[in-house]
Amino acid sequence: MTLATVGYFEPWYVQLLKTLIIFGIGFSLVPLALLYERKLLGRFQNRPGPNRVGPFGSMQPAADILKLISKEQFQPRGAIGWLFKLAPLISAVAALATFALIPFGRTQDVFGTDVGLYVADSNIGLLLFFALSSLGSYGVLLGGWSSGSKYSFLGAMRGAAQLISYEISQGLALLGIVMTAGSLSLSEIVEHQNGMWFIVPQIVGGLIFFVATLAEINRTPFDLLEADSELVAGFMTEYGGGRFALYFVGEYVHLVVAGAMFSTLFLGGWNLPFGIDPPGWVDPIVVLAKTGLIVSLIIWIRASLPKVRYDQLMSFGWKVLLPLATLNALVTAIILVTLAD
Amino acid sequence: MPSTGSRPPARSWAPDDVVAVQRGPEPGGLAGAYRVFGETLRGLKTSFGRVVEGTTTIEYPEEKTPVYPRFRGRHRLHTFEDTGLEKCVGCSLCAAACPADCIRVVAAENDPEDRVSGGERYAAVYEINLSRCIFCGYCEMACPFDAITMGHDYELADYNRSDLIFTKEMLLQEPPERTPLRAAGE
Repeated sequence: MTLATVGYFEPWYVQLLKTLIIFGIGFSLVPLALLYERKLLGRFQNRPGPNRVGPFGSMQPAADILKLISKEQFQPRGAIGWLFKLAPLISAVAALATFALIPFGRTQDVFGTDVGLYVADSNIGLLLFFALSSLGSYGVLLGGWSSGSKYSFLGAMRGAAQLISYEISQGLALLGIVMTAGSLSLSEIVEHQNGMWFIVPQIVGGLIFFVATLAEINRTPFDLLEADSELVAGFMTEYGGGRFALYFVGEYVHLVVAGAMFSTLFLGGWNLPFGIDPPGWVDPIVVLAKTGLIVSLIIWIRASLPKVRYDQLMSFGWKVLLPLATLNALVTAIILVTLAD
Repeated sequence: MPSTGSRPPARSWAPDDVVAVQRGPEPGGLAGAYRVFGETLRGLKTSFGRVVEGTTTIEYPEEKTPVYPRFRGRHRLHTFEDTGLEKCVGCSLCAAACPADCIRVVAAENDPEDRVSGGERYAAVYEINLSRCIFCGYCEMACPFDAITMGHDYELADYNRSDLIFTKEMLLQEPPERTPLRAAGE
């Protein structure tokens, strides 16, 4: 018996091509998300946001990234060199790798070959998602620790504390889905939502997962790792130039992945409500539109809510989210067993 | 000490006084979580209202902030509209009134054949050092002939200090671009 299988049925060159295309989309979503966030944040504050570089500020991310990579690669004297250089890479790679798991549509017939619109459809997709997102926190932890700076270290410590207080409830919140769909494969979970999205029967799980995701991608109100007001810039205080840009890329890929993951798990992926069944090429657009919706919601929350205190996040994670997620899993299990008879 | 509602005078308390502290509600269990959820939604609603309001930004180099009619910007020297003669008679009252000592006036006698000003004398040299000027408007108040007034221009940055010494010719000229005036009620 194999532990995990990854469904491949395309020839190798198709796999290579679709991998390149999906990562191309993933990478090009970074500057888009960057600009979109700044524009939208501006609107939430009665200002238009960046509009000087290029038409409607469209070249702003390019200018930002160009500025960052042309800056000096500074390293503090007390830093642990190789870890300091490796940490941002871990963060960005883990975030990008998560992108491989997201299914963008049904298996399509493209020029006579059946192509699954995902990089890898593993039968343990959900577990892989958790594994990769935990790996991403290593980038934060190691980066903060190896910087040799108090602020970075404090940020990393908070990262560790934050990690254990949200991850359990995040996992438990998805148990209801796993039980209902009977699979850990993301594309099967989406198939199972044809008819009813999981946000309806699993509203509690969805809310818990959403809040925990905010903590996972270090967004307000849980951006304790960065904590501009008290820790300068948290774990990335000592980073500048290209390495800082890499953390930035990781952060925005994480943002997009979080949106895509939520829409895959709870908003029915490529399924449309009211029995609308468009042709297959619409599927990726539907997924991206739902992703954009969730990303907007996350930005909206960033524009509205103040940061919670460190101990508030801990007690919220352990005393509210964890019991609720457990209860949700239990109730779902009981209902499923009752209905099965 | 019971709270009276009005602000107590400073140092009105003794160390053994019992001070009534007003606290926020206790976080509480489920009720607290419910309240937090409600307040969160209220916060989201508040910030969404800003999107509906639209932007209030003035895109500066393209559009300028309008000023009030009595705004004290760069000085202007005036001439009589009918004769075209300068109103300034070189009395140096503005220079005397100037607290920053930034006005320099050198007066000269008018030639009756070729008059420059309406009075007996005129300002042969009239310089305002705008890098010293504090825009108080005392010169305008001191002037007996309304020859100098504070204009509406506020874009006065320059690269050299010497470029900020405005001569009579520069002060007499109309500004190249008129600064927008604030509409009534704005």
